[in-house]
Amino acid sequence: MSAAPRTIRFTLNGAAAECIVAPHETLVDVLRDRFALYGPRESCGQGLCGCCTVLVDGAAVSGCLYLAAFADGAEIVTVEGLADGDALHPVQEAFIEAGAFQCGFCTPGFILMTTRLLAADPNPSDEQIRHYLSGNLCRCGTYPQIMEAVKLAARKLQG
Amino acid sequence: MSEAKIATGSQIGRSLPRVEARAKVTGRAEYIHNLRLPGMLHAKIHRSTVPHARIRSIDTSAAKAMPGVHSVVIGDDILAVIPDPYFGPAFHDQPILALGKVRFAGEPVAVVLAEDPKIAEAAAQTISVDYEELPAVYDEVEAMTSTAYVHDELKPAGMFADLKHLAGKRDTNVALDYHLRLGDVDKAFAEADHVFEHTFRTPQQMHTPLEPHVAVADATDAQVTVHSSTQTPSTVRVEIARLLGLPENRVRVRTAFLGGGFGAKVYVKLEALAVALSLIARRPVKVALTMEEQFFTISKHGSTFRIKSAVSKDGRLTARYCEVIYNGGAYADIGPRVAQKSGFSAAGPYDIPNVAIDSYETYTNRPTAGALRGFGCPQLVWAYESHADLIARALGLDPVEFRRKNLLKDGLPQATGTVLRDTATEAVLDRVVQRIGWGQPFDRGSGTIRRGRGIAIGMKASISPTTSVATIAVAADGGATLYCGTVDMGQGSTTALAQIAAQALGIEAEAVRVVAPDTDMTPYDMGTLGSRSTFHMGNAVRRAAEEVEAKLAAMAAEAGVPAGTNLPIAEIFRRKYGMQAGTVVGSGSFVPDYVSPDHATGLTPNATPYWMTGGSGAEVEVDTETGRVRVLRLVNVADAGTPINPRIVETQLTGAAVMQLGFTMSEEMVFTDGQLRNPSFADYKIPGIRDMPGLMTGESVAARQESGPYGAKGVGETGTFAVSPAIANAIHDAVCVRITELPITAEAVYRALRHAAGDPLPED
Repeated sequence: MSAAPRTIRFTLNGAAAECIVAPHETLVDVLRDRFALYGPRESCGQGLCGCCTVLVDGAAVSGCLYLAAFADGAEIVTVEGLADGDALHPVQEAFIEAGAFQCGFCTPGFILMTTRLLAADPNPSDEQIRHYLSGNLCRCGTYPQIMEAVKLAARKLQG
Repeated sequence: MSEAKIATGSQIGRSLPRVEARAKVTGRAEYIHNLRLPGMLHAKIHRSTVPHARIRSIDTSAAKAMPGVHSVVIGDDILAVIPDPYFGPAFHDQPILALGKVRFAGEPVAVVLAEDPKIAEAAAQTISVDYEELPAVYDEVEAMTSTAYVHDELKPAGMFADLKHLAGKRDTNVALDYHLRLGDVDKAFAEADHVFEHTFRTPQQMHTPLEPHVAVADATDAQVTVHSSTQTPSTVRVEIARLLGLPENRVRVRTAFLGGGFGAKVYVKLEALAVALSLIARRPVKVALTMEEQFFTISKHGSTFRIKSAVSKDGRLTARYCEVIYNGGAYADIGPRVAQKSGFSAAGPYDIPNVAIDSYETYTNRPTAGALRGFGCPQLVWAYESHADLIARALGLDPVEFRRKNLLKDGLPQATGTVLRDTATEAVLDRVVQRIGWGQPFDRGSGTIRRGRGIAIGMKASISPTTSVATIAVAADGGATLYCGTVDMGQGSTTALAQIAAQALGIEAEAVRVVAPDTDMTPYDMGTLGSRSTFHMGNAVRRAAEEVEAKLAAMAAEAGVPAGTNLPIAEIFRRKYGMQAGTVVGSGSFVPDYVSPDHATGLTPNATPYWMTGGSGAEVEVDTETGRVRVLRLVNVADAGTPINPRIVETQLTGAAVMQLGFTMSEEMVFTDGQLRNPSFADYKIPGIRDMPGLMTGESVAARQESGPYGAKGVGETGTFAVSPAIANAIHDAVCVRITELPITAEAVYRALRHAAGDPLPED
């Protein structure tokens, strides 16, 4: 890839999007600076905490490590893209009902990773939940309630 | 029009979801992290590479020459806008940027300003500093006697009267000494049937809030505005106004939701730097730290606690001596208060007739230590509850029975002389015992896998004396807006205070809007710290609501409504103004009674408006071949008074216990020659979901703090108190080894097992 900025086109939360990015720019920076999407947020900057989680073609990635240039042609979903108008996504509802957050800074990452998990396995075991969420950190220590929320979300999605 | 609903039931005890729940799950909650202002510059900090040195020169030429760099600022440049640039809540000892000297590796020395933070960061790395290195001291025990002095002279701030005697003191690293003397300790030790002495240590650790510290300043000569991720907007305003020589009303400090605080964000952190930079650059400036930089900004005290107890034949504690030495790092921050306030309760929740406590805050050449969820208390409980188990085991007593025999009960004076009121120590211990199944048979494992159980209980004073002020404005539709400086950093204060206001006003909590702290609007509050807000601000809110109620009643009377008529608030406004118009404002303030401890004896009849008690029970599994410990069950019980929002209280308790689980099992800032080796989640491991015990509970016992709002008291710290010793005690129960230093790594347990087997590792 050349060092010159290039234009990337992608789908962002269901709508066509386009911007010019330099090769070093990360997806989380581009989403925040160009599209004012603050759901993904950089915390550890090393792909270890999950606060910057974004879905790229359905896969959860760390937006602080994922170069924006790679998003060309991809379908990007951030936490802002989950709700349908006023209707929250069932995973979002479940997190509220289970009281599964405190400061809320890590919450978009947990919610996106949960949607990813439930897309892959609609009825996950506890071990499967821990496996998927092991890359998301919550310093408020809300893990017991998050476990509850994921199970509740699974039930909601299965109707 | 939609009128505020009259409450149909009590607002207290409602587990309603957080007011801001929807904003948080949709990513729309406001954090200062997100803030961008027009024309804003980004600041990146160049930090010292040595732990203690005089600065000979700073070369910023390469940074200045870099395309895209706006300017480079060093300590001397700050003097032009802030002539005396030293800050700190207890001591004015911390320069905004290093001046002449650096006192720890990682101290801010210079700043690069640029529109692009990446350019600022790259340029900051090109700055080089010529240092003349000085002898350094890192260990708190060595600091007590070392001739390597971190500061030439102590400079206590005016804020705390009881630090005044330290002014001008030279040739010392002791920033505060607190002493308590109750009864005749020497005599009791001389006459004791048994004497036990142990030493326990904790390492320096870090809060790691996931929203790193951030401050955005927009300063002009007329007005200074700081947007900050602070837990203490009012005290930051006071301090910035002092630094600038401005009246308070020319300084505006506002905040939003915080992505975690845990004590990391109390008092001035980045705000003074951001303001100085904005004054120099004449533009808004954002100072946003990385996770790594937070480790150089504030931390939790490492400590060494020597504890000695005299015990009678029948297992009664007759005397206790506590020597607690805190490692405060290079700047005092709030450390002196940590040493003093925790000193009050260093002897634990026990009824001991003779107590001596010496509690010290020391300066060392490490990153600064301050408040972290418990204000020193978890370090103390780690020691005195590990000690309690060792005594019980040595005397052949059941650890629970030993504690019951000595437990401080409600109505008895604590070591300071302050009588316990509404303190449910017994209920907490009973519930822990019941929850963990103490005394009941369980699978103790076999072969190389062994299981054990342990319990512990701790108690902490609240922060006193402190002030909270609240204002409530009721609009003509009956809805209320609460203006207060309490910062919601995840503890749920917005929701709890809305419930308190609603209860007092007789409306639904949903009809109360709580404004985010902004010193232009919200009245003074000392700070969101020390689990004080529910109690202190809760009481102020209740008083503000009472004033509103009185004014509404007067307004109703004036409008000819017969007394005792239960009119909706909106209707009272309509009667008065003939339409939907008007506002009624009430305010309330709360300052608890407090008596400063006697300087010689450390005794006071009123150390705190309430005590918080937390107990934990742990069941662990130890792999004797590797030393690996798995926490299978961790039950946590608190006296939180009457919870305002039981669900949030429960989440606070489990959350605090999870945090303390990290401080117990894995977290440690590791230094070599004053250089921090692990300022990153790659090497500094905080708990993840895989570290959760199979059973993890948090609950409060039925209790009531009569002096609190509707019986409530603080809870944010309580879940941390007893976790560490409960786990160490469980490990002892499982494999008969005693760990006396945190964190309890597999390596530490393995070494202890080898030692106990008479086959220590060669280096031990």
